[in-house]
Amino acid sequence: MAYIDPHIHMVSRTTDDYQRMAQAGCVAITEPAFWAGFDRSSAQGFFDYFRQLTDTEPKRARTYGINHHCWLCINPKEAEDVGFAREVISIIPDFLDNPNVLGIGEIGLNKNSKNELLILEEQLTLAERTNQLVLVHTPHLEDKLKGTTLIMDAIDNTSLDPSRVLIDHVEEHTVRAVLDRGFWAGMTLYPNSKCTPQRAADIIEMHGTERLWINSAGDWGPSDPLAVPKCRLELASRGHSQELINTISFDNPLSFLSKSGKFSVE
Amino acid sequence: MNSGRIKGDMPENSMTQQEIVDRYFQEHRAKVLDIAAFLDRVDRCHEDRSDFRIEALMRCIEELQSDKENRTERILLLLSDQTSDPIEHAGEKGASGAVPPRGEPS
Repeated sequence: MAYIDPHIHMVSRTTDDYQRMAQAGCVAITEPAFWAGFDRSSAQGFFDYFRQLTDTEPKRARTYGINHHCWLCINPKEAEDVGFAREVISIIPDFLDNPNVLGIGEIGLNKNSKNELLILEEQLTLAERTNQLVLVHTPHLEDKLKGTTLIMDAIDNTSLDPSRVLIDHVEEHTVRAVLDRGFWAGMTLYPNSKCTPQRAADIIEMHGTERLWINSAGDWGPSDPLAVPKCRLELASRGHSQELINTISFDNPLSFLSKSGKFSVE
Repeated sequence: MNSGRIKGDMPENSMTQQEIVDRYFQEHRAKVLDIAAFLDRVDRCHEDRSDFRIEALMRCIEELQSDKENRTERILLLLSDQTSDPIEHAGEKGASGAVPPRGEPS
């Protein structure tokens, strides 16, 4: 059965991963701009990264019948230097009309600092001004609870419609607040630092499937590009219906991403 | 905003308690042994130094013994920064997994 992985960093993965994902039923992915594991030395580094996301990766994915889309931003891990971040933000509008760009993301917070929050607010303003969807990164581990609240408060101070914002990396202590405030929520399936497929299935059983999706966020760290089909299998093995499994791994991402007017699985 | 979610609306896991225990017990038995082996490994250093992460882990283990539901959420809250104001500067990019004592970078 077909599935969508709505958050995966294919620039960090091999072509073999594209092949395995296609064999497992992946038909479309979206790739948010993120921290590459090191700080870029200039805004030109981001210009080249955005070219990779809008030109190179779609071609690589297409070889395996996977439709590739992306999100653009400066990530929170490189947002502490406000001047540098503003330089990167200034080049984003030149890429927004590209047919595979779905919106601004993954913006958010990392250590919940004042400068990270300032750059988040400026990128929310860019999304408002250009009518873009927003994909949000919430902080890791001990910083997630506080960061998620700060992010939702910042969005509430804009005119952005929560139904056009997905807040990613939710876990048991943040999912309820995100959904109750009208946002979409993403569960990231990581072996150590976020949700396992088993815990994601538990969260679905406790909170339902409305405005909720699953993703692998596969990248250069410990992660699994086949995490979405593994979670589908976990749900099936617990006796959940194929309809529920498709809702969480195909219909819901399709519904949210289609708000961009650009997303396609074909 | 109230989501209006009630238990009856949620997708039900059709497995019985016996089936859940049969299926998952050995996996979680192994995880408990991993924790024990990790603490033994630390002890064999004989350094007798406290570490906020180990202290947090021990509080989580206490919470595991609760007979109330939603242990996962309560443990995540035990491991979370409960302050509300942004910090002055980001400093390190990484997270430690538990809340460092005030004044220590994570």
